[in-house]
Amino acid sequence: MQLLNKKTNFNFMSKRKIAAVFSLLLILASIGSLITQGLNFGIDFTGGTMIELSYQEDVKLENIRTKLEQNGYGDAIVQNFGSIHDVLIRLPVHASENMAELSNRIVAALQADHDSVIDVRRVEFVGPQVGEELTEQGGLAMLYALFGILIYVSFRFEYRFAIGSVIALVHDVILTLGFFSISQLEFDLTVLAAILAIIGYSLNDTIVVFDRIRETFLKVRKGTSEEIVNRALNDTLSRTLMTSLTTLLVVTSLFVFGGEVIHAFSIALLLGILIGTYSSIYIASNTILFMGVSKADLIPVEKDDEDINEDGSVV
Amino acid sequence: MNHYPAWKNALVLAVIIIGALFAMPNLFDKDPAVQVSAGRYGSIDLELMSQVETALKAQSINYTRAELQDNRLLVRLTDNETQLQAQEVLKNEIKGDYTIALNLASTTPSWLSSLGAEAMNLGLDLRGGVHFLMQVDMEAAVKLSLESFASEFRALLRDEKIRYKKINVEADKVVISFRSAEHRDSALAKIKDDYNDLEMAALELGTTPALTVGLTEVLIRETKNTALQQNIITLRNRINELGVAEPTVQQQGDSRIVVQLPGVQDTAQAKKILGATATLEFRLVDFEHDAQDAINGRVPPNSKLYYHRNGQPYLLKNQVMLTGEHIINSRSTLDADSGTPAVSVTLDGKGARIFSKVTGDNVGNPMSVVFIESKTETRKIDGEMVKVRRQLPQIISVATIQSQLSKKFQITGLDSGAEASELALLLRAGALAAPIEIVEERTVGPSLGQDNIDKGFQSVMIGFAFVLVFMIIWYRVFGAVANIALAANLVLIVALLSLLQATLTLPGIAGIVLTVGMAVDANVLIFERIREELRVGNSPQASIDAGYSKAFSTIADANITTLIAAIVLFSFGTGSIKGFAVTLSLGILTSMFTAIIGTRAVVNLIYGRQNRPKLSI
Repeated sequence: MQLLNKKTNFNFMSKRKIAAVFSLLLILASIGSLITQGLNFGIDFTGGTMIELSYQEDVKLENIRTKLEQNGYGDAIVQNFGSIHDVLIRLPVHASENMAELSNRIVAALQADHDSVIDVRRVEFVGPQVGEELTEQGGLAMLYALFGILIYVSFRFEYRFAIGSVIALVHDVILTLGFFSISQLEFDLTVLAAILAIIGYSLNDTIVVFDRIRETFLKVRKGTSEEIVNRALNDTLSRTLMTSLTTLLVVTSLFVFGGEVIHAFSIALLLGILIGTYSSIYIASNTILFMGVSKADLIPVEKDDEDINEDGSVV
Repeated sequence: MNHYPAWKNALVLAVIIIGALFAMPNLFDKDPAVQVSAGRYGSIDLELMSQVETALKAQSINYTRAELQDNRLLVRLTDNETQLQAQEVLKNEIKGDYTIALNLASTTPSWLSSLGAEAMNLGLDLRGGVHFLMQVDMEAAVKLSLESFASEFRALLRDEKIRYKKINVEADKVVISFRSAEHRDSALAKIKDDYNDLEMAALELGTTPALTVGLTEVLIRETKNTALQQNIITLRNRINELGVAEPTVQQQGDSRIVVQLPGVQDTAQAKKILGATATLEFRLVDFEHDAQDAINGRVPPNSKLYYHRNGQPYLLKNQVMLTGEHIINSRSTLDADSGTPAVSVTLDGKGARIFSKVTGDNVGNPMSVVFIESKTETRKIDGEMVKVRRQLPQIISVATIQSQLSKKFQITGLDSGAEASELALLLRAGALAAPIEIVEERTVGPSLGQDNIDKGFQSVMIGFAFVLVFMIIWYRVFGAVANIALAANLVLIVALLSLLQATLTLPGIAGIVLTVGMAVDANVLIFERIREELRVGNSPQASIDAGYSKAFSTIADANITTLIAAIVLFSFGTGSIKGFAVTLSLGILTSMFTAIIGTRAVVNLIYGRQNRPKLSI
């Protein structure tokens, strides 16, 4: 079966200005939200305690809250997690007591006059100093990844392509962060991992498109740069859709069947794949056109030099 | 042109067979087991085995097999419940220097494990357990080392009959003050002789001649490193006492220690035991002065005020008779006279000599046992990180020295049997060289662990099935070939993870899922190229060849860039993120092999020998 049986001939680049404006608006909205309300950082970054409990019967969150309040933990956030038997309790860092032992005190307090045994499914405690380091390292990791990619792509292609791919990546990262900021979904360590994976995926997509653009530039003699980029995008369209689709399928399965713990992770991936696919067409390709890439830029100069030297005709 | 030489086909086949072989151990379930391992004084032998078997039979606990293996005894059981019962029974019945822990025993057939094939490790998020990250208080370590220098100087100056006014430990140096400059200069000369690796300076404090002694940079670094290594050893000892199978204790960075305890559920107990920086000191009681006066502020110069755990104040001499480091063994017992809980203590040779001399000199006088717990915590106060240090000295027993004590003696005055065994454990496992603080904890209960395995497995399988169906519909025979490659890819990832003995975590599974999605990409690129070539009117054979060769550089570029991101993830990541990075990178590498070379081999076999085949793509 072929989705695109005939050679397609969509004029992608005719919409490039609209796309640029559209992306710019989204980026502004994302940055605006990041500045005004920021991210809902999980305890991985802020420090704090998270306890997941499983009761044998249905639980009333109100009762748990009251019990915690009576024990002096009025600032605890209590919510259901996955089912009505399961409860997630979060606590910020307290200045006045030993945080490492907090989880044990809370579980003991809740279990105290409760008849059936409460199953402690998960406890996570992150000290404030670890959280601060992680935030710093996470930001650095993203910069290193972008930088490494910038170097590799400029070495393999041309600086305009490198800039194009990095702008596309920055675009993807900002929009994903923006989504997490606007939705106020919890941003934890797994989401950071997902964003780095998105950088990898989106880049993969961009490189495939760039590879084809370069090839088309060298092969096709006539036509404007815009027409050539269009041709290349059409040539790779079927592949772009196929790969996005298969990857979306597996990530959807991760989202649906992977359980609560990696929910945020799979949401970030789902979103990232969609944005990444869009950005390789409308951001990466758009940028190199905007920077005025042309056939002359892509003729491999070094290779000619080698030929001449081998001939011995030119010293 | 579409024909692989025999060796290349053989290579592909060999890689896949070897991969399958190494991946195979993961198919075998693990038996719940109880593991008995010996400390310094126990031995694992047939006698122990028969002892264990008798004990289990006496309680009619069904076990499948008991076996001796690498210096441990494994008892395999049918289910988790009997596993817990068996542990309880053995803990009560097996006396001596043994650790009895819960474990999982592999059921891999011996021919397979003799090849070196073993199942991959499951991370704590999949099998349940606790992960602690501990911060060693390095400032305290340096201070401790200064304090021990200070007491050495005291002894040295006393022996040399050089008079000094006071020896104090300040922030980063020892300060000694003297009555006259002559005393100071002879002390300086003496200390310089004995300690040539310390930094010394003579100065005047106001009008008082004084001497400061500090550690050199090298010595500070050495002190910190020793403190870290010593803490790791102590933590290992304590964990062995807790009875945990396959614990991990590792250095992380220059001041942190990672402790992972698979299967441990009682985290309160684990935290208490691991974090305790308890030391013991034996001090003489100052009975010449009144403790009540000291409470009112008149503390005699050579004594200090302490409180008994029952609240009663005592004055104790500043000089320490003996510290806990000379203890080589201790166990909880019952005092023969009173029948109350007690701890029996055995000292090393040097300790015994010191102790017998001091107690010999003081027969009839009271002495005390002081239990000192130091704690360090980091707290966030008004947005600032503040380190809070506390020392909690507590007298646990005061008794009159009845006779000269030596190598073996008893500490009494404990509240309960549980307290006696905890104290015995802490003394036996040794003191920490510097206080530690838990800065991160991740505990996963066993039920969540199993859930995570099930959900992870399910999502891999369903995602995988989606892709298989999709590829067949889209690319027909070529799709089927890609599917074979995809399956081979999964097998190879699992094989590599097992071979490297890497740890599989939930994010690791997510990495595998993502790889499945991305591994198809290489085949999609190739197949789309082949279609293009066919559309242009090239011959089927030429199209296959061109499709593979033209797609290659694109695939390589795309994968290398993803690999860069994965490597950054790995170098930055903590535990769970590393798991994701590992599976992602391994998946990228194996997929390059299966999707390019693997599929080509199969495609060549199907179409390579036909003249003008009709490609099903």
